Amino acid sequence: MSSNLAEKITSPETAVPAVPKKRKSKKNRQGKEIWRRYKKSTPAMIGLVLMVFVIFIAIFADVICPYSDCVTQHISERLTGPSLHHWFGQDEYGRDEFARIIHGSRSSLWIGVSSSVLSMIIGGFLGAIAAFYGKAVDNIIMRVTDVVMTVPPILLSLAVVAALGASMTNLLIALTISCIPSMVRMVRSVVIGLTDEEYVEAARSYGASDLRIIFRYIIPNSMGPIIVTLTMNIATMILSASGLSYLGMGVQPPSPEWGALLSDAESFMFSAPYLLYIPGIFIVIAALGFNLVGDGISDAFDPKLKD
Amino acid sequence: MYKYVIKRILFSIPVLLGAVFLVFTIMYFSPGDPGSLILGITAKQSAIDSLNHKLGVDQPFFVQFFNYIKNILHGDFGISYRTQRPVFSEIIHRFPNTFWLAFWSMILSSIIGIIFGIISAVKQYSVLDTSLTTIAMFLSAIPGFWLGLMLMLVFALKLGLVPSSGIDTWQGYILPVLTLTLGGSAPTMRLTRATVLETIRADYIRTARSKGAPEKLVVWKHALKNAMLPIVTSLGMNFGASLGGAVIIETVFGMPGLGRLTVTAIRQKDTPTVMAATLFLAALFLVVMLIVDILYAYIDPRIKAKYKG
Repeated sequence: MSSNLAEKITSPETAVPAVPKKRKSKKNRQGKEIWRRYKKSTPAMIGLVLMVFVIFIAIFADVICPYSDCVTQHISERLTGPSLHHWFGQDEYGRDEFARIIHGSRSSLWIGVSSSVLSMIIGGFLGAIAAFYGKAVDNIIMRVTDVVMTVPPILLSLAVVAALGASMTNLLIALTISCIPSMVRMVRSVVIGLTDEEYVEAARSYGASDLRIIFRYIIPNSMGPIIVTLTMNIATMILSASGLSYLGMGVQPPSPEWGALLSDAESFMFSAPYLLYIPGIFIVIAALGFNLVGDGISDAFDPKLKD
Repeated sequence: MYKYVIKRILFSIPVLLGAVFLVFTIMYFSPGDPGSLILGITAKQSAIDSLNHKLGVDQPFFVQFFNYIKNILHGDFGISYRTQRPVFSEIIHRFPNTFWLAFWSMILSSIIGIIFGIISAVKQYSVLDTSLTTIAMFLSAIPGFWLGLMLMLVFALKLGLVPSSGIDTWQGYILPVLTLTLGGSAPTMRLTRATVLETIRADYIRTARSKGAPEKLVVWKHALKNAMLPIVTSLGMNFGASLGGAVIIETVFGMPGLGRLTVTAIRQKDTPTVMAATLFLAALFLVVMLIVDILYAYIDPRIKAKYKG
C-alpha cells in the first residue's frame, strides 16, 4: 500500500519545484481533490464521525460533566444499573460510570495520540536519516531496529513499565518505545523510494544542501503514507494502552481510563455486566474511528482507485 | 541453498545477543535492590549489603551484563526474588502452555485469514466481500482482552460450554485460542485481500486470461501462487502478535504461561523472572521468524536462484 502512495505523491506533477505562490494553490487543489475522493467512501465518513465524536468528548469532558462526578463515591448506591440519573450506571464505589467514561476518554486518547506522534517523530527521523545517508548510518540504525523488533511490542512496553514503574507517563514512554521500530522501517522504505527519484537527483545536481532536500522534497512527498500510518497507529496504541492498563500497568486509580475501568469491572461480571460492556464499546468506537479514517485517507491517496 | 540457511542462522545470533542486552539494560533501571526484596524491609542493612554483594549487583553494569550472559549460557537464569527457586525451572515448566497457545492461534488465524481474504478478493464488491471486510474491521478494533472477557461471559459463564479459566483439560485452551485467532485473523485477511487484488490486476494475469485459461486456473494457479509470498512473511508476524496477545490473554483466562508469569513478576518486582521470561519469548519469536524466512527462501525462486549451488 505504502508503495502505491509513494508513487502517487512522487508523480511528476507534484514534484516539479514551482514558484512559491503557485505552489500554495496547487497544494490546496491537491487537498481538495483528496477530500473529494475521501468523502465518497461511506466507511471513511463513518470513521470520521466516530473519530470526531471521541475527540469531541475528550476536549469537552469538563463541559459535559464535572470531573468531581467521576471520583465522588456513593457507597450506598454501588453497582446500580443504568438509570435516568446515571446513564451508564454506577461502579463498585457508586461513582458515576458515565462521568468516568467521558473523562476516561482523555487519558485513552491522550496516550494513543501522543505515543503515536512521538514515535512518528523519533522513528521518522531515524528512518529518514538511515535511508538518506545509507551505508554505515543505515546499517547501525537498522540492526538496532532488528534487535528491538525481536521483543514483541506489548512485552517491550511491559518491560519498560516494569523498570520505570506503573504510571500514565511511563505507559506513554513504553508505548512510544515499542512503536518506534516499525516507524523507522516504514519511513525508511518510503524515503529510500524517494531518494532515487529524478527530482531529488536534480536538486542535488544544482547543489541543494541535504537539509534543503530533506525539508523541501523528502518530507512533503512522504507525508501521505506517514499520515496514514500515524492514524492507524493511534488506533493500535489506544488498544495497547487499554490492554496494559487492564493489567494494572497504566493509569493509576482513582483516575479513570477505559482499560482500567474494564479491569475494575471484571470482578463484577455477573452483578454489573454493564460495567464490562460500556468501556469496551467506547474503546472499539475510538479504534474503529481512527482505523477507518486511516483506510479512507490511504484510499483517497491511491491513484489506482481514482474515481 | 544451505548457504542461505546457515547465513540466516548465524545472523540471528547477534540479534539475540542484542535482545539480551536490550532487556538487561531496561531491567537494570528497575527500582529496588534484590537484597532488600529478598530479605524484606525488616532486615539489617549489613545483611542486605552482603547479599547484594554475593549476587553481584553492586558491580559495574558491563561486569553484570557479561556475568549474566555467562550464566545463561550455562542455563542459569538466576534465582527468583520471590520464590528463591531457579527461574529456569519455573519457565521451562510454563513454556509449553504459552507455546501451544501462540502456535494454534497462529495456525488457525492464518488459515481463516487467508481463506476469507481470497474469497473476499475474488468476489470483490459483493455482499460477501463487504460483510467480511466489515467483520475484519471490527475485529481489529476490539481489544483482545475485552473480546476474551466477552467470550468468557457468554460461553463459559452463561452457557457453561467450556471452562472459564485454567487449562486442566484441553477444553481450557478453546477460549484463549479462539480469542487470539479472531483477533489475529483480521489483519491476515486484510493483507491477503489486498495482495490478491494487486496480483489479479497484474499483467501476467491478463495474459493468462487472454490466452483463454479458465478463470479457476487463473485464480488458483497464477494469482494465488504469486500472492502467497507476502502472506508467508506475515505468518511470522502473526506468531509475534499471538505471543504478545498471549501475555494479556493468559491473565484474562488464568492460564499458567510465560505471559502471566511476566505480569505477576512485574507486580512483585521479581526482576530475574521478568528478564528470563521476556528473553524466552523473544528467542521463541526469533526462532519462528527464522523458520519463516527459511520457508520463504524455499518458496521464492529468486532467493533460491541467488544461492544456487
